[in-house]
Amino acid sequence: MSNTAHTPVLSARGLRKEHGKGEGLVRAVDGVDLDVSAGETVAIMGPSGCGKSTLLHLLGGLDRPSAGEVSLNGRRIDNISEKGLARMRRTEVSYVFQSFHLMEELTAVENVELAALLAGRSPRAARRRAESLLDQLGLAGRARFLPSALSGGQRQRVAVARALSNEPLVVLADEPTGNLDSAATVDVLQLFKDLHESGQTLVIVTHDARIAATADRKLSMRDGAFVDEARLTGGTTGRLGALAGLED
Amino acid sequence: MGRIVLVIRLALRDLRRRRTEVALLLIAILAATTTLTLGLVLRDAAGDPYRSTRAATKGPDVIANVGRAGDLAELGKLATASGVTEHSGPYPVIAAKLEASGRTSDVQVIGRDAAVAAVDQPAVRQGSWVSDGGVVLEAAFADSLDVGVGDAVALDGRSYKVAGVAVTAAMPPYPGASCIVSAGCVNGAVPDDRNLPAGLLYRPGLAWLTQTDLLSLAPGRSALSYVMNLKLADPDQAQAFVDRNRGDHGRPVPMQTWETVLADATDLARDSQILLLLGAWLLGLLAVASLSVLVGGRMADQTRRVGLLKAVGGTPGLVAAVLLAEYLLVAVVAAAAGLTIGALAAPLLTESSAGLVGGAGTAALTWSTIGLVTAVALGVAVVATAVPAVRGARSSTVSALADAARPPRRTGWLIALSTRLPVPLLLALRVAARRPRRAALGVASIAVTVSGIYVLLVLNTFLGDQPDTGAYTEAQVAVLRHVLLVWTVILLSLAAVNATVITWATVLDNRHASALARALGATPREVTVALAAAQVLPALLGAVLGVFPGGFLLFAAINAITGGDSDRATLPAPWQLVALVLSTVLVVAALTSVPAHLGGRRPVTATL
Repeated sequence: MSNTAHTPVLSARGLRKEHGKGEGLVRAVDGVDLDVSAGETVAIMGPSGCGKSTLLHLLGGLDRPSAGEVSLNGRRIDNISEKGLARMRRTEVSYVFQSFHLMEELTAVENVELAALLAGRSPRAARRRAESLLDQLGLAGRARFLPSALSGGQRQRVAVARALSNEPLVVLADEPTGNLDSAATVDVLQLFKDLHESGQTLVIVTHDARIAATADRKLSMRDGAFVDEARLTGGTTGRLGALAGLED
Repeated sequence: MGRIVLVIRLALRDLRRRRTEVALLLIAILAATTTLTLGLVLRDAAGDPYRSTRAATKGPDVIANVGRAGDLAELGKLATASGVTEHSGPYPVIAAKLEASGRTSDVQVIGRDAAVAAVDQPAVRQGSWVSDGGVVLEAAFADSLDVGVGDAVALDGRSYKVAGVAVTAAMPPYPGASCIVSAGCVNGAVPDDRNLPAGLLYRPGLAWLTQTDLLSLAPGRSALSYVMNLKLADPDQAQAFVDRNRGDHGRPVPMQTWETVLADATDLARDSQILLLLGAWLLGLLAVASLSVLVGGRMADQTRRVGLLKAVGGTPGLVAAVLLAEYLLVAVVAAAAGLTIGALAAPLLTESSAGLVGGAGTAALTWSTIGLVTAVALGVAVVATAVPAVRGARSSTVSALADAARPPRRTGWLIALSTRLPVPLLLALRVAARRPRRAALGVASIAVTVSGIYVLLVLNTFLGDQPDTGAYTEAQVAVLRHVLLVWTVILLSLAAVNATVITWATVLDNRHASALARALGATPREVTVALAAAQVLPALLGAVLGVFPGGFLLFAAINAITGGDSDRATLPAPWQLVALVLSTVLVVAALTSVPAHLGGRRPVTATL
């Protein structure tokens, strides 16, 4: 599964992740090849337990592969140290999780600025960037709210703002609408559409056909391997985009 | 009845599932109960040798003495007073100087008959009883002089042969002998800059001569004092007898009861007892801190179990009862074990004096001791468990079944402050701020420990000076050092358990936050340092508070209780206090490094 038209910003070759031994051996990811170009949005779909989330963890260096290679911006990341991976996650890759994973004791703006503070930005610059992102995502009025006082959609937008705070090369989203109701899902779909249009590289793992419809490519996964690839012409302006109800 | 069985069965099942935690709980409460038991039974155990000596020497119930022959009639009245069944004496006594092994000591010499007395017949340990030309020395006194049977000694320049070495219950062993001469005596420490009045005896020993030898040694009859030993029909009424017969005219007859002699003979045990009781309270506080952290961490793990209990019809009361019952069971076991260990170990911390027969046996446990130790163990468990148990019982069944974690606290100013710090400290401050109660327990735990160490430093220096100042003999110093060593080992062990438990609870509680920080770009090392620093920062604060005001207050409390003179104690030098604070921080850092390291390297994906 490759996209040879552009230089890939993220690529994987022969990627495998195994758990257990002998008869209990499970191949969560089984020989995946993938290229993601800069500015491209790739949606990965498949049934529960097919290895989508594991693949996303391998691509962002949260987990190490049993075999194969992962490269980010032309540099191998599967064999670098934990420290190197951590540094990479500060500026080059960021995650959006299904269950948001916001710090409950931090306000929205404090959650967003945390990533920038970990990356070594000054408190003032981190706060300015966080406020600007929340403003862009329509949460300026909720910046001082704790996560418990926000709706599911708002929490996910805070999580997206946090993911964007260090202007990463790639955002990896794991079921970003999995915990949301319909209204919030549409809200987040619009957000990902906007991100896509702004040129942000996105890899989205999802069950939701509507969010997959916002992508340039849709990869289907089963038993740890890609089994199908579909190029969605025109992304959100294509037929699936219309189906998703995102057309003007 | 069925409900009680259910509660106990559920509690036992849960305890069996969590053996490591139960062991830690047991150690924490056991440390406090053992020390408390030691403190309570020590003096009783220390009294065993005196009681044996009393039995072996026909020990008197009351010892009366007068300073001149003119008062002998008063002793005569006492001999025939109501309640007296037997008596021996009056025996003449003089103050003298004894020279032996190149040393000169003050001594009270009693003139005795060669025949066996009905009351207070000293038991000869070596050699024989008095005979003309032969002196018998009190055993502890002979021991300190390193003199034995056959050696030559001089009394006021006159030479005698040591005929025997004996023990008596009529006065405490050397160097605590009671004073029965009119010249007066001083025991204990005397400041270097203070001269004793002429004629006053300093830490006198005890010796026996025949009456003939004594009278020939005395410079004149005016130098004689007299002592008489009385046996009463009811020894327990000795004090009442003394009060009744003190004399109704000018000069009362000095009298000592056997209980007073026992108290003086076990004076060292009293000091040990005070140290141990104070240690027990400190350890009790540490145990509360340990338990609070363990229970809090365990409650977090038990949320789902609480939900299940409630879902199948358990009332909040039943849930709280099950949670409390587990810790109360542990407390009861710890109390029983503490009582047993304390009673068995007490003889090891008592003074073994050559001046008494036999050694301390296993201490007898009274109902009041059993009650107090059990109450303290249960109190520690209840204080530490009540809040989390009630909180768990009141929690919503639905959220408990969903296993929702207790939300962390938000401490806004600390979060704002942390943004200006390097990443490890930023994370550390936030880790500490998430659970302020746990951080406060960490501070309190270290403060209590450092206060204890501060006092130990003062006492250790104080004891180091004692053989020179004379307040304690070297053997007594060794006994007190033993007590301090027990204190130190238990205190430090419990503090180490606390530090490790608090760190581990923090690591578990911060699993999610640590994984998230790593997902956002924090390195494992930064998370490890943060988890460790979250313990070290409270430890630093605790160590400083432990020195001041903790150590000062604890030392002042000890002085107030013992009536001690703080001017005689050398307080630790500033460099020692700085070293104490730094060492505490380093030890806490070392203890927390392993759990913090494990916490910093947990797989991110498994947690998120």
